[in-house]
Amino acid sequence: MFVFILKRLLQSVAVLLAVGFVAFSLFRYVGDPINAMVGQDTSAEERETLREKLGLNDPAPIQFLTFIANAAQGKFGLSYRTSEPVGRMILERVPATLELSFCAAIFALFVGVPMGVYTGLYPRHWTSQLFQAVSLIGVSLPTFLIGIVLILIFAVWLKLLPSFGRGETVDLGWWTTNFLTWSGLKALILPSITLGLFQLTLLMRLVRSEMLEVMRTDYIKFARARGLTNRAINFGHALKNTLVPVITVAGLQLGALIAFAIVTETVFAWPGVGQLFIQSVQFADIPVMAAYLLLIGLLFVVINLTVDLLYFAVDPRLRSQGGAARVAGH
Amino acid sequence: MAAPSNNPPLLEVKNLRVEFPTRRGTLLAVDDVSFDIAPGEVLGVVGESGAGKSLTGNAIIGLLEPPGRIAGGEIRLEGRRIDDLPYEEMRKVRGARIGAIFQDPLTSLNPLYSVGHQLIETIQTHLPLSSAEARTRALDLLKEVGIPGAETRIDHYPHQFSGGMRQRVVIALALCAGPRLIVADEPTTALDVSIQAQIIALLKRLCREHGTAVMLVTHDMGVIAETADRVAVMYAGRIAEIGPVRDVVKHAKHPYTKGLMGSIPSLGVRTERLTQIDGAMPRLTEIPTGCAFNPRCTERGGRCLVERPDLMAVGATRAACWQHDRGGVGPAIVREAVDA
Ligand SMILES: Nc1ncnc2c1ncn2[C@@H]1O[C@H](COP(=O)(O)OP(=O)(O)OP(=O)(O)O)[C@@H](O)[C@H]1O
Ligand code: SF4
Ligand SMILES: [Mg+2]
Repeated sequence: MFVFILKRLLQSVAVLLAVGFVAFSLFRYVGDPINAMVGQDTSAEERETLREKLGLNDPAPIQFLTFIANAAQGKFGLSYRTSEPVGRMILERVPATLELSFCAAIFALFVGVPMGVYTGLYPRHWTSQLFQAVSLIGVSLPTFLIGIVLILIFAVWLKLLPSFGRGETVDLGWWTTNFLTWSGLKALILPSITLGLFQLTLLMRLVRSEMLEVMRTDYIKFARARGLTNRAINFGHALKNTLVPVITVAGLQLGALIAFAIVTETVFAWPGVGQLFIQSVQFADIPVMAAYLLLIGLLFVVINLTVDLLYFAVDPRLRSQGGAARVAGH
Repeated sequence: MAAPSNNPPLLEVKNLRVEFPTRRGTLLAVDDVSFDIAPGEVLGVVGESGAGKSLTGNAIIGLLEPPGRIAGGEIRLEGRRIDDLPYEEMRKVRGARIGAIFQDPLTSLNPLYSVGHQLIETIQTHLPLSSAEARTRALDLLKEVGIPGAETRIDHYPHQFSGGMRQRVVIALALCAGPRLIVADEPTTALDVSIQAQIIALLKRLCREHGTAVMLVTHDMGVIAETADRVAVMYAGRIAEIGPVRDVVKHAKHPYTKGLMGSIPSLGVRTERLTQIDGAMPRLTEIPTGCAFNPRCTERGGRCLVERPDLMAVGATRAACWQHDRGGVGPAIVREAVDA
């Protein structure tokens, strides 16, 4: 198991280096950063000094290494757009995105999984059919449309919930949170639903098909023959066996939630990193874009590692095989 | 060690019918099957694939898979009718009064729980024992079924056991709440030939010690001859012949049974002829009128094509064949049918 984790760690580092290379390439090949930083009337000489100072004349490999070393310390330079340190700009906005994604994930998990279990256990019941039909809408409608419809209903018509922004937040020094004010909590509702709906339906459908599959297995039939209660069979035996694929998908989807919060943040004017990224793209603000890329890369890597570790917790077969085969038979 | 006949039977199956509604009409897969099992008795059930053996077993444990359903007849355990019990009532019977063992030990155990967990969970579902007491009982059972090093093995997971060891665990699970009857559906078919005999011997010994009756479904006539007290031969959803194992194996009364005995040369029980039965069992949609076996029967007569024989007593055995009726099989069939 130790070897397995070590391998995974090395793989993660390789992935991050690859992402770093892409981010770095942005600097080198997308526009000339000097143009973005200085005015029209700066002389060629001044530009050259700046170039030298920023290390832009060093050979590419050296520049790459410098870039990686800086990135590892959270230094991404100054934003072309606001001239603020990129690291700080991102950190300021991370809480907004993480809180939104967290709520969306909770929503997707705590509504999607029970719905999946229910539809898996009672596939013929009319509520299951209804869930199935609704879930089709969930997967097929684009996020922005769902957001706009929700805004229309709950903000414009019913005037129950705010349509944009985070509401009042409380600054904890290193983190600003929505969770401590009434208006902050209310502001979270619509964006979380919008962001989490797709993942909710995805989880529901996954859990449903896994449940249907597991309920047909011999060990469930044998559990019935042993006279176990329905409760023990459905939740103890069946649901647990759906966990490995569910954890995988839920984990990856958590990453996707954060990464694709961009659209939701734009629709709801949510001041998160996604919104920052969109602004940066408009201004070709390469340092911010690069930092965002790396952040998302890091996130996926961390989530993947966590998912791998959870497998070990769930499936005893992996614990003894050393994880050589990722849950053969699933 | 069949119980004396004046004992009331442990299990009574009367006129059991199992059917499947399909788009093209209803299929009758088990048709008017009746038999008893006495306390502690081992009833072997044999027959070709698709004869309805598993469906009969599943009907008894109340686990017919929908859309299959009991369409008629009744099943009584210890005098109490169990075929029409509500799910929750029947659940309490399963495991506690009737245990079950299925074909494939590799897939019968939940891979995510230790065998101890699965044993303790079953024990505590049916018996009012504390966790510690249940664990002791689980440990005793594992020792009883011959798991070496039971003290450590109890915390191991199914994948850490071999197929034979897993089937032993399955037997322990079936026995752990002290059932009076075990329905064992081809318990060794999926196992290596070399361990099949061990498992059957174990099952037989344990059931004798616990006084548990067994309905043993198998294709292996050798196993039947060695293990069963009585044997029921099924054909196309009906019982063709049922009786004490010696009579059925050595002096089969039904032409199908004779053929069946002949088609298994390695049973260690001498049969005079090594006949193979030509043809195949008819599909449920194509069961002929008269005797279902008539297309393959070499001894049939005109009556066999028209009238369906019920079980009739022939000595200690009962067989569903007109040969044993006073009226006989009827006129010889002149035109040799090619339909077989
Ligand atoms: N779900 C179903 N729908 C329709 N017919 C079915 C269904 N399940 C079983 N049958 C039919 O019922 C008949 C009896 O099946 P059963 O499983 O009892 O046979 P078996 O004697 O146990 O055979 P085997 O030796 O292969 O296990 C078969 O002809 C089969 O085609
Ligand atoms: S009833 Fe007729 S066809 Fe059927 S087994 Fe007896 S002899 Fe053969
Ligand atoms: Mg079968």
